Amino acid sequence: MDREAAFDKFKTCAVEVLQVEPSQVVPEAKFGDDLDADSLDLVELVMALEESFDISVDETELEGIQTVSQAFDLVLSKVP
Amino acid sequence: MKTAFGRGGGTDGRRVAVTGVGVIATAGMGKDAFWAGLCRPGPVGPRRVEDFDPAAWFGPKEMRRVDRFAQMAAAAADMALDDGGSPEVDPDRAGVTIGTGVGGLNTLEEQIRIHDEKGPRRVSPFLVPMMMPNAAAGTVSIRRGWRGPCETTVTACAAGTHSIGNGARLIATGRCDVVLAGGSEAAITDVAVAGFSNMTALSNAGISRPFDFGRDGFVIAEGAAVLLLEELESARARGAHIYALIGGAASTADAHHITAPSPGGSGAATCMELALEDAGVAPEDIRHINAHGTSTPLNDAAEAEAINKVFGTPGPPVTSTKGVTGHALGAAGAIEAVALALSIEKSLIPPTSGYEHPDPALQIDVVAGAPRAWDPGPALSNSFGFGGHNGCLVMLPPPT
Repeated sequence: MDREAAFDKFKTCAVEVLQVEPSQVVPEAKFGDDLDADSLDLVELVMALEESFDISVDETELEGIQTVSQAFDLVLSKVP
Repeated sequence: MKTAFGRGGGTDGRRVAVTGVGVIATAGMGKDAFWAGLCRPGPVGPRRVEDFDPAAWFGPKEMRRVDRFAQMAAAAADMALDDGGSPEVDPDRAGVTIGTGVGGLNTLEEQIRIHDEKGPRRVSPFLVPMMMPNAAAGTVSIRRGWRGPCETTVTACAAGTHSIGNGARLIATGRCDVVLAGGSEAAITDVAVAGFSNMTALSNAGISRPFDFGRDGFVIAEGAAVLLLEELESARARGAHIYALIGGAASTADAHHITAPSPGGSGAATCMELALEDAGVAPEDIRHINAHGTSTPLNDAAEAEAINKVFGTPGPPVTSTKGVTGHALGAAGAIEAVALALSIEKSLIPPTSGYEHPDPALQIDVVAGAPRAWDPGPALSNSFGFGGHNGCLVMLPPPT
């Protein structure tokens, strides 16, 4: 999948689940500080990403993930 | 144990004033529309509050995280606070007591469908905080930053009344200065309707006609109502409008059957007597009863018999506002407490919608057809719930 198309898809999920503006979903945005997402929000976002990208993310893989780019890279690494 | 907070007051003579009301019901949202609705005939069929728009109270993200029953409770609490002039409070002495019958049933059912269709990995992490019955009270306390007791009584259709009694007691005993107390319900789902229907509790005609000869069951409704309760002297000191006092409250159990009332409404009668005793008033002092009056054959007969037992025949004028509002289960007692507070304020008793053919077996004075003028005095509000729960409140007009 083309990286830009994948990011658009990622952004769509984040906008829907976190109820933020598309312009807020930039690589350097922090989930907690910039997107007002708590731990349950992130669980829901991961569920949406799993469904959208047809991937599976283990809970332990989310440790240390704080920014959009970190999460996006994790998702990309799973996409066949 | 007598814990009177009526005539003599509670600890150190503390008394409990109703200084704000918030209501979301099919009869109307907000006290003015609600009162106007109570004085008109009720509609037919399930009573959804179609014009409730949670976006008026919640941001888009919060809205997805809070079940409808908690949204309605939070909205009603906001309305009650606004109506009461948003007093300044000590957050550690400010409480929330909001009951419900079942809590977030819509959320639970939706997530069961997702579980069955997509598997456990797709069940929302918000399922638990959305469905739990205490979510409404918790949501209100979080919105307000109130850190006193925040509790939920789950006693089916008596939950709203019990919650107001419990909230009033928090003030009377000195624990709180202010409490947002009420009930909320949003459980009109296909599954719930099927359950009530199969137990033959619902009206086949979809018409709520409490105490009428042709009554054939209740009409399910949703809604929420919250009262702003304040210690009387501090309410007076800030010049608050006082609708009424919570004079007394009582709670008893039938200990008889999980759904049927005890024979002769004996549990209900005892509860009314205890509420009167709590308020320090005699049966002959009671000038009006806002009945539970669900429009089911058994409940209305038992309640009428209980009223006769306590007050004689026919006893004080009785209305059931459920003719208009339908039965909003755990919110019902709170919605009716607002109706009673407004009845006291307006010196009018709203009529029992749907009451056209008196049931010769019921020897009570049902207010019907048009609002009836009264000279407000001590008045009673009744709620009875599956499980055998009885709850009664005594309201008094504001002291002159």
